[in-house]
Amino acid sequence: MSLTISRAFVDAIVEQSRAEYPDECCGVILGPAGSGVASRLKAMVNAAHSPTFYEFDPKDLLALYREVDDKYEEIVVIYHSHTETEAYPSRTDIAYAGEPGAHYVLVSSREEIAPAIEFRSYRIIDGVVTEEEVSITD
Amino acid sequence: MSIEVRIPTILRPFTKDQKVVAANGASLNALITDLDTQFPGIGDRLLENGALRRFINIYINDEDVRFLGGLDAQIKDGDSVTILPAVAGG
Repeated sequence: MSLTISRAFVDAIVEQSRAEYPDECCGVILGPAGSGVASRLKAMVNAAHSPTFYEFDPKDLLALYREVDDKYEEIVVIYHSHTETEAYPSRTDIAYAGEPGAHYVLVSSREEIAPAIEFRSYRIIDGVVTEEEVSITD
Repeated sequence: MSIEVRIPTILRPFTKDQKVVAANGASLNALITDLDTQFPGIGDRLLENGALRRFINIYINDEDVRFLGGLDAQIKDGDSVTILPAVAGG
């Protein structure tokens, strides 16, 4: 298992995490249905506006799924940032993970590693977290 | 009365992988009862102690049921219901 993602998307997610700091940022990367290919990044609003929680607004969530269906896409990546802790799924991340087919990407911009950034990817299925390799393409 | 209900990936193990199912009910509560009769166990994934689970979103057409009276939300012929797990975490 691994995630292949372009440098441009990694940079965009890191940039978004910095722009929305100290709140967590979130979003998705979509791809053609059944492809597993991360090809279209869509930043989402963190409706929780919180440094310790993120949630897509329920209205945005419905619009997102409608759009994905209409365009014959799938959600390949669900990402969010941690601003104070490492880029590892929290208990709530695991409890609410509802897309068994998605790569859950965590980015951490916590102070003690600055200016470095942690960028890691996981599968979260039935409460079980499995980290996977991230391969970044240019 | 038959209502089209869209089932998210995570609940499709209950519906034999069907993405869209038909159910009956004039209120959300009745609809969920019917879903649970057809697909035993699914009700428990939608409700907790008799209330809608916080991190499950249910929509009637385009509206979040939380703004339509929750479990008392009325459903009429031709409506469509969409269930989506929240995308959320800490």
